[in-house]
Amino acid sequence: MVANIAPPKRIKKANWGLLVMMVPGFVALFAFSILPMFGIFIAFKNIDYEKGLLGSDWVGLDNFQFFVATPDAFVITFNTIAYNLVFLAVGTAAALAVALGLENLRAKKATRFYQAIMFLPYFLSWVVVSNLVFALLSVDQGVFNRQIVQPLGGEEIYWYNRPELWPYILTFANLWKYVGYTSVIYLAAMMSIDPGYIEAASLEGANRSQIVRRIILPLISNVIIILVLLQIGKIFFSDFGLFYNVTMNMGSLFPTTQTIDTYVYRTLMNMGDLGMSSAAGLYQSVVGFVIVVLANLVVKKIDPEKSLF
Amino acid sequence: MVARKRFDLSTIAKHTTFLVLCFLCLYPLALVLGISFSDELEIAKSGFSAIPVKFSTKAYEFLFTSADTVIRAYALTIFVTVVGTAVSTLIIAMFAYPLSRKDFRERKFFNGTIILTMLFSGGLIPWFMVCVNVLHINDTVLALILPYLMSPWYVVIMRTFFKSSIPDSIVESAKMDGAGELKIFFSIVIHLAAPGMATIALFNTITYWNDYWINMTLVNDPMLYNLQFLMMRVQMNIQYLSANAANLGAASAEIVRNLPSRSAQMAMTIITIGPIVLAYPFFQRFFVKGITIGSLKE
Repeated sequence: MVANIAPPKRIKKANWGLLVMMVPGFVALFAFSILPMFGIFIAFKNIDYEKGLLGSDWVGLDNFQFFVATPDAFVITFNTIAYNLVFLAVGTAAALAVALGLENLRAKKATRFYQAIMFLPYFLSWVVVSNLVFALLSVDQGVFNRQIVQPLGGEEIYWYNRPELWPYILTFANLWKYVGYTSVIYLAAMMSIDPGYIEAASLEGANRSQIVRRIILPLISNVIIILVLLQIGKIFFSDFGLFYNVTMNMGSLFPTTQTIDTYVYRTLMNMGDLGMSSAAGLYQSVVGFVIVVLANLVVKKIDPEKSLF
Repeated sequence: MVARKRFDLSTIAKHTTFLVLCFLCLYPLALVLGISFSDELEIAKSGFSAIPVKFSTKAYEFLFTSADTVIRAYALTIFVTVVGTAVSTLIIAMFAYPLSRKDFRERKFFNGTIILTMLFSGGLIPWFMVCVNVLHINDTVLALILPYLMSPWYVVIMRTFFKSSIPDSIVESAKMDGAGELKIFFSIVIHLAAPGMATIALFNTITYWNDYWINMTLVNDPMLYNLQFLMMRVQMNIQYLSANAANLGAASAEIVRNLPSRSAQMAMTIITIGPIVLAYPFFQRFFVKGITIGSLKE
């Protein structure tokens, strides 16, 4: 047996120039991302401002028991996951459809134009989107009631008092804002396919749907899977502005629009209930962490280059 | 190939579909623009419309004469966006560059730190406590800037840019000439990675311009209301007024009716998105490039 002789390792020296460069970034990262990680102990305490954060009494899992006992715990978990799954399915399908449509256009200038227009909503904040939605759905003046429902002789719809309608409205708003963005990524992936494959297939008499199903989709399947898994990794987190601003913070809509993020915010800011909100927050962080690690393990199996670690 | 039909039916169908989609993307914006230029009484009578039934600039006059609040919010937002973007882009680049160097000994440790912050977060409450009880930045202009300085995702994107645009040989030869790391970074690396820096700067600009989260959590001082948050306040106040108009008594109800309320709400939206929409044609292709690199290559 021949011994493995390792090549002599050059011992790297500390590079102080590079280390100094990283100081400002590291300080910011430490202050706003790492330091808060140590703050999760708050969830195990009964915070009493007179005793201070560190001096307050430990209460073990009391906060969690209170939180789990509320009906909210189930509702917000269900809403957060259900919305994410719907957004994922609808969003992926729509973005792929748009990208396939754009890929198939001969006029490249038109393609860029359509892409630019559909990408625009991505840059608008949720407060802006909430005003756009209001212009459409306002009971008295909204376009839907005044220009569609009333002319047809229907009774005006009180959109902001009808929680059962909001899963559709929010799905549509989310699609409106993100479909352009996601389709840009898919289109870029499609553009990197060797055009020779597609040309050869059409010379052989393959029609468009065969080309899509047999060539394009299989060749970009890695990109699709990675994007889907990245979103699944975030399944325990919601887009705060979509659920808080677009619903105009309407209490009547909470049953179908309250998510973990809006719950944590409202419990802290409106009720000042630190115990409950920090318990809900830690529950989100921990379960979210487990899910993202699992999703990443799957990504690693498929394409090691795309995984986070 | 010679007899390629330019206007066959399926091409027309495809373009029509995309034009409809584009219309759906733009119509809500046109609607808001139309409302902002509509006469308030006409809105009450005939509802919102993208084309003003009765043209009026009263909403804009109202926003800019009766309220220096708007101008202050505008100035603050521009200040925070410019300073935040410049500082953030620089420190992200300075953090990402060493991570792109294979000969950097602590690379593993700092890469690990970045991954850790991507995977786990302390959540809202601990973050809030750190800002308020440890750093004491609540109700200061620093609160609007500091929390967004570092973003692990942008570090990863920037690291990719450096890896693909800085040849090792350039750094080596600059070192031979006796240049220090900082000098190399500022005089060579930054210029070679300029397109990457521009992409990150644009991402940062949008983050700072569109933010209202900090105002919702860390700021109570009305002097520190930025544009997005002011827009949110206007929206909430009008909602409150119109919901309670009946209880206000005849005189106040009259005043409320005469306020250009809905048109002002939409005018506020227009002046907030104005700069982004106007600059959009110039910056959008950088974004397309940026997310393509960030998401597909590594």
